[in-house]
Amino acid sequence: MINMKKSFLAMILSAVIVSDAQAEISDDIVKIGYLADMSGTYRDLVGPNGLAALEMAVDDFGGKVGMADIQIVSADDRNSPDVASSTVRRWLENEDVDMVAGFVASSVSLAAIEVIKENNKLGIVSGSIASSITNEHCSPNHIHYVYDTYPLAVGTARAVVEEGGESWFILTVDYSGGHELEAAVSSVVEASGGEVIKTLRHPFPTPDFSSFILQAQASGADVVALANTGADAINAINTAGEFGLTQSGQKLAALLLFLTEVHSLGVETAQGIQLTTGWYWDMNPEARAWADRFFEKTGVRPTMVHAGIYSSTIHYLNAVEATGSDDSQIVRTQMINTPINDMFATNGRIRQDGRMVYDMYLAQVKTPEESQGEWDLYKIVRTIPAEEAFRPLSNSVCPLVTDNR
Amino acid sequence: MNQPVNPADIHKAIVEQQKIQDRKKLMVNGVLLLLLLAAPFVMYPVFLMKILCFALFAVAFNLLFGFTGLLSFGHAAFLATGGYTTGYLLSNFSGLTTEMGIIAGTAMATLLGLAFALLSIRRQGIYFAMVTLALAQLVFFFFVQSEFTGGEDGMHGIPRGELFGLINLEDNLNMYYFVLVVFIACYLLVQRIVGSPYGQILKAIKQNEPRAVSLGYNVDRYKILAFVISAALAGLAGSMKSVVFQLASLNDAHWHMSGEVILMTLVGGMGTLLGPVVGATFVVNIEYLLSQGPLRDWVDPILGGTFVLTVLAFRSGIVGEIQKFIKKNLG
Repeated sequence: MINMKKSFLAMILSAVIVSDAQAEISDDIVKIGYLADMSGTYRDLVGPNGLAALEMAVDDFGGKVGMADIQIVSADDRNSPDVASSTVRRWLENEDVDMVAGFVASSVSLAAIEVIKENNKLGIVSGSIASSITNEHCSPNHIHYVYDTYPLAVGTARAVVEEGGESWFILTVDYSGGHELEAAVSSVVEASGGEVIKTLRHPFPTPDFSSFILQAQASGADVVALANTGADAINAINTAGEFGLTQSGQKLAALLLFLTEVHSLGVETAQGIQLTTGWYWDMNPEARAWADRFFEKTGVRPTMVHAGIYSSTIHYLNAVEATGSDDSQIVRTQMINTPINDMFATNGRIRQDGRMVYDMYLAQVKTPEESQGEWDLYKIVRTIPAEEAFRPLSNSVCPLVTDNR
Repeated sequence: MNQPVNPADIHKAIVEQQKIQDRKKLMVNGVLLLLLLAAPFVMYPVFLMKILCFALFAVAFNLLFGFTGLLSFGHAAFLATGGYTTGYLLSNFSGLTTEMGIIAGTAMATLLGLAFALLSIRRQGIYFAMVTLALAQLVFFFFVQSEFTGGEDGMHGIPRGELFGLINLEDNLNMYYFVLVVFIACYLLVQRIVGSPYGQILKAIKQNEPRAVSLGYNVDRYKILAFVISAALAGLAGSMKSVVFQLASLNDAHWHMSGEVILMTLVGGMGTLLGPVVGATFVVNIEYLLSQGPLRDWVDPILGGTFVLTVLAFRSGIVGEIQKFIKKNLG
């Protein structure tokens, strides 16, 4: 009965969409909103430089798709879901914004995608980590582009076990996101033949990690995994550096760590840490060429999020150009049907649930001897193929997937 | 030449004066009301509702801080408790109409307020502020760890539903007028409280607590009641906010929020009725306008600077300074 109701609803919905969607660009303007943390914790990771990446993509199109002008509006979300939801609502309802890009804090993205869905527009999430964005919160109105917890945690865990790290000590930040990460990692470690010796939880936020790191050292585990992020991860890594954790033979695996954070830690402290990344600026000639352009504009090397914002915007504008429409469903379908192979992704494609899947990489932070310069931070250890890196659709609870099963 | 003055005439003159003043007040309030009624046709309704919710939060805080002299540094806990309770109930029990969810959220915040008050009311000054802060942090950690709040992801997609099962609140205009009615009712309630004998006692406590004790008032009981009313109104603000935005997040529970409401109250004018409303409008607008423009990296320093400037130079806030100016120059 419920299924019948659902399919009936879907029928009505698709009828509405089809009758509503004409292949044309509304008011001859493609308007892109950029929403990100411009002043807070995630400023370096995404922030104003993400806007620069977006502008680069628009400039590469000459500011026009076909006959229509491309306009950009941007705002600071202040990491607040309230601010995000009211800004996006205003953009979509009053200012005819067609697509919203950026997004960092998961709470911000989850708040914004509700509004985007309500208004039947399109959102491209590049900076957020919650894998629920394309799982229980999936919708036909957004795409999750760069990474999520699944490849970062699971990818790292599986790769590290295969590299010989069999016994694990997991240090988890004590809130639901951390618990989720810990559970995901534990199950992957055990499935890959490793063993979790001990898990330890630390309060959020923790300035002093010495007792935790000492326990990690005493545990004798091969791998010490940090299931935390931001300032907590940096503090823990600093403390581990002071206590010589990696020098004494244990491996440190950071589950959520980004280029900018490694840059601020420095190779001296961060050396040897293994992590998963979707993109690294020095990984191939195309990436390097783009990173050089980015460097000229901003003075820093791009993170994978910056590259993802550029790549996803190009992909979006290509789809608008190909279909001659800025209707969210027409464009999204076109984006799903077109594979992505550019400076950002190899073997990239967008799945029905909105998840962009592509090859990810296991990277290791270089030692001071190996590092040639300020931004020469990672060496790529191995490629994690797209099918392995992301949550398989068979485990998905997204209605867009389960209804077609 | 001196004619004997008839006391009845004096009385008459005073009453007359009072009437003129009342009429003036009524006119000002009438104009404000008209502006508020017309506002959603000029400005974006969701933004206006945000201002109203924060204004109510600041009004609630001001009742305690401005009129009773108790600086609570934990009001975010009530805002969040109201929001989360309403959000949880409306998301999980589809039979509930919106106003029932809001009432339940307010009730929960009231209970929490009572618990806070009983624990903290015996301390004064900085100790009182610290006890409320510590309790609010406990509440924050509870929300971070709880399954039902969604932790740091927050609670999303709270249905706005229908008011009394009749009025569709998905419509922004309907929602706006509902929020406006609740806000005005609460504002009038606070006005009534402040003007009542009970409000006079609160002011007496603020000015000189030992004297109030020596006059035979059970000061603790009055303070607890003020705290509970303030918590209830703050909870109501949180409940409405969660319905308006259809989300409840940890930001509401964070101590930053407790700080922000202090800023709103001080900037607007502590101890005046309209002050917190003006302060909330000011802060929300500044945050919005700055985050759109080239100064967006500077939102926090600018707000901080405003705070310092207010405390150093305009201690009675926007409304307080204007009132002083009118008194001095216009009689």
